[in-house]
Amino acid sequence: MTLHLAVALDGAGWHPAAWRAEGARPDRLFTPGYWAGLVAEAERGLLDFVTFEDALGLQSSRLNEPDGRLDQVRGRLDAVLIASRVAPLTSRIGLVPTTGTTHTEPFHVAIGIASLDHVSRGRAGWRPQISGHPDHVAHFGRRPPFPPQDYSGDRDPVFGEHVLGLFAEAADAVEVVRRLWDSWEDDAEIRDVATGRFVDRDKLHHIDFRGEWFSVKGPSITPRSPQGQPPVTSLAHDTLSYEFAARSSDVVYVTPRDREDAAAIVESVRAAEAAVGRTEPPLRIFADLVVFLDSRDAYGRKARLDDLDGAELKSAELDGAELDWDAHVFTGTPEELAGLLLEWREAGLEGFRLRPGQLPHDLVAITRALVPALQNAGAFRTAYETVDLRGRLGLARPASRYAA
Amino acid sequence: MTKQIHLAAHFPGVNNTTVWSDPASGSQIDFDSFRHLAQTAERGKFDFFFLAEGLRLREAKGRIHDLDVMGRPESLTVLSALAAVTTHLGLAATVNSTFNEPYEVARRLATLDHLSGGRAAWNVVTSFDAFTGENFRRGGFLAEADRYTRAKEFLQTARELWDSWASDAVAADPEAGRFLRPGGVTPFRHRGRHFDISGLFNVPRGPQGHPVIIQAGDSDEGREFAASSADVIFSRHSKLEEGRAFYRDVKRRLAAYGRRPEELKILPAVTYVLGDTEAEAAERAVEIRRAQVGPQTAIYFLEAVWGRDLSGYDPDGPLPDVEPDLDEGVSKGHAAFRRDRGELVAKWRALAEEKNLSIRELAIEVSAPQTFIGTPRSVADEIDHFVQADAADGFIFVPHLTPGGLDDLVDKVVPLLQEKGVFRADYTGPTLRDHLGLAPRTQDGIEETS
Repeated sequence: MTLHLAVALDGAGWHPAAWRAEGARPDRLFTPGYWAGLVAEAERGLLDFVTFEDALGLQSSRLNEPDGRLDQVRGRLDAVLIASRVAPLTSRIGLVPTTGTTHTEPFHVAIGIASLDHVSRGRAGWRPQISGHPDHVAHFGRRPPFPPQDYSGDRDPVFGEHVLGLFAEAADAVEVVRRLWDSWEDDAEIRDVATGRFVDRDKLHHIDFRGEWFSVKGPSITPRSPQGQPPVTSLAHDTLSYEFAARSSDVVYVTPRDREDAAAIVESVRAAEAAVGRTEPPLRIFADLVVFLDSRDAYGRKARLDDLDGAELKSAELDGAELDWDAHVFTGTPEELAGLLLEWREAGLEGFRLRPGQLPHDLVAITRALVPALQNAGAFRTAYETVDLRGRLGLARPASRYAA
Repeated sequence: MTKQIHLAAHFPGVNNTTVWSDPASGSQIDFDSFRHLAQTAERGKFDFFFLAEGLRLREAKGRIHDLDVMGRPESLTVLSALAAVTTHLGLAATVNSTFNEPYEVARRLATLDHLSGGRAAWNVVTSFDAFTGENFRRGGFLAEADRYTRAKEFLQTARELWDSWASDAVAADPEAGRFLRPGGVTPFRHRGRHFDISGLFNVPRGPQGHPVIIQAGDSDEGREFAASSADVIFSRHSKLEEGRAFYRDVKRRLAAYGRRPEELKILPAVTYVLGDTEAEAAERAVEIRRAQVGPQTAIYFLEAVWGRDLSGYDPDGPLPDVEPDLDEGVSKGHAAFRRDRGELVAKWRALAEEKNLSIRELAIEVSAPQTFIGTPRSVADEIDHFVQADAADGFIFVPHLTPGGLDDLVDKVVPLLQEKGVFRADYTGPTLRDHLGLAPRTQDGIEETS
């Protein structure tokens, strides 16, 4: 069975000094050509999908406030719009933007992702993400102040309680979005000239969602999209977020440190599925890895970037890590990475989401060296079999939940 | 001096202007329809392509209205995709200022401006509708009287966010190790009646500085808002005399804001029908209006005004003899007919009696006729006349067919306007501000003059 392989795109790459490396294009980060080039390269490598990071605040090396740094990439374009911008220029690769669940209206997200699915002919996915950043709350002025984030071992109880609420709200947001995606049945549009009816209104549904944070009436303004339900993907590090994934997602990204850890995490994810009584197909479990790939001395290249940034990028222990800096950092040859992926897969992982340390360098190493190595091992596709992303992930296209 | 005409294209709307029963009518949601219309507009060197928005499906009598084309994408998402298949065409998104927040809208519009190389426009619309609010966190929170104060403050806040990044804030200088220039990004702080926000914006300033701002309101408040803040007015005044009156009124208001008349373009929404002869065009115009107002649509049209169920009446028979129920509104999510329904009913009855009209004939008679009907030559002359007579600076064309509804306009009328020397033969700059003859928006809010 083919391994699933995704790439996480963000700025100049995941190393904070990546923009300063040779071959980087820091002056192009906010141009469409930059993104189109990266996604086309990922598609040449037959990757399952790319994800686009996003947030409703400026990047910061500090957890709870801006850091004032001028020596790292700052500024980000809207992820849904980047994904849509590259959709007509590609034909197979999945496009999975991040949007927030804390400040963004679920209704807007639902129509945005459905529209991306229409534009890309069934290649859209979605990564919902909570925002616990206290400073981002003031960008909206709609919610009471948030407590400081604290991911340490003995988590501040006020923050712990707060995060529970953010995840519960996120689960409601995903539920609303999924209902809205189903609110037009596939055959709602009838264009019946004899009766003058454009739609069969019995096939359009109010979703009537009522929750603690919001109520949404529906139906969507956007007809059901090619995939019906674009795959929902989420990043998870602990029981709370595994349970969120088990309730809400189709794909979960986890962050094991090694093969044994991967096995333990897979077990925890399956336990979370049981705990929430998941009835959907089992979660597709992907491991996230930050990668620096060279035929020789990837370690040296990464060390030079560390020097430039003034800090070592390393696989942080989960406790104390900011959520984005949680994944195992791999440095080595593409062939070595191929070996590691095949070994970790034995722990029950279906795929990997690779975070290139430096763009385009590490993306090109993935598509032109890692992929051939996996293909030689008979572990990766040699052509795209499907257009739509659900099909690629082995997910059937569901009928609308409202269909009689 | 001969004025240059500005042309824009509106994707066919979710109302009965759009004819879906025609065999040539294609999908209203497939990306190819958007691509075809946008590329046709660009072939015609149009200024911009316009997408409308409505955040709740229309309902009547508690049920979803099923007679018109419906189902739309999120406008910014589709425009971003269209940026990939066009090179010069402006891309205008309608985005509601009631059920959004400035930080998000400002960053999405700035993003579209980056991803299109400076072609983004924002049609700022307002809503006070509790009905639409049922799809959003805050519900129907805004009083009608406040919709413009919020819209105005929303736009002002968005401008503050865009201005919080200097145009040269991104240094991207690896040698110096400076991604940002010192002082390039300024914290924002907005404290007002509707928004109390602060922090750091996270999208660099777009190629146009600010996207082009479009405004469609027609009330005194709406006109004042446009005069103070908009670059383009999407006007409804498509008849010559009322167009001139509106044009004079709005342009006169600009001076109070230190703006020159040419800094605000007035573009009425218009429809058109072409024929090889005047008679053929007139005949096609009638056919199209009959297709737009089918029997069920005629009944629906009257129900919205009568405020009661009229499904028992024959669309080809006389007007209903029952009196309107003025307390009961049956049509929701529909902008028209909110006021003076009693007066309207009296007027329509008189008209129907005078011309001996059935329900459907009356509905056709009183619903908007096409603006320009004629041969390509006569339509081109009329368009030019309207603009030279100061009834407009150009037009937003609303085709009645998806996706082919602009084809003959672009193939037959645009070349005649170009021949007359009143419409560009080609784009002269890359940005929408270039097409509209508007200066880029500088950080201090002063438009550069040249």
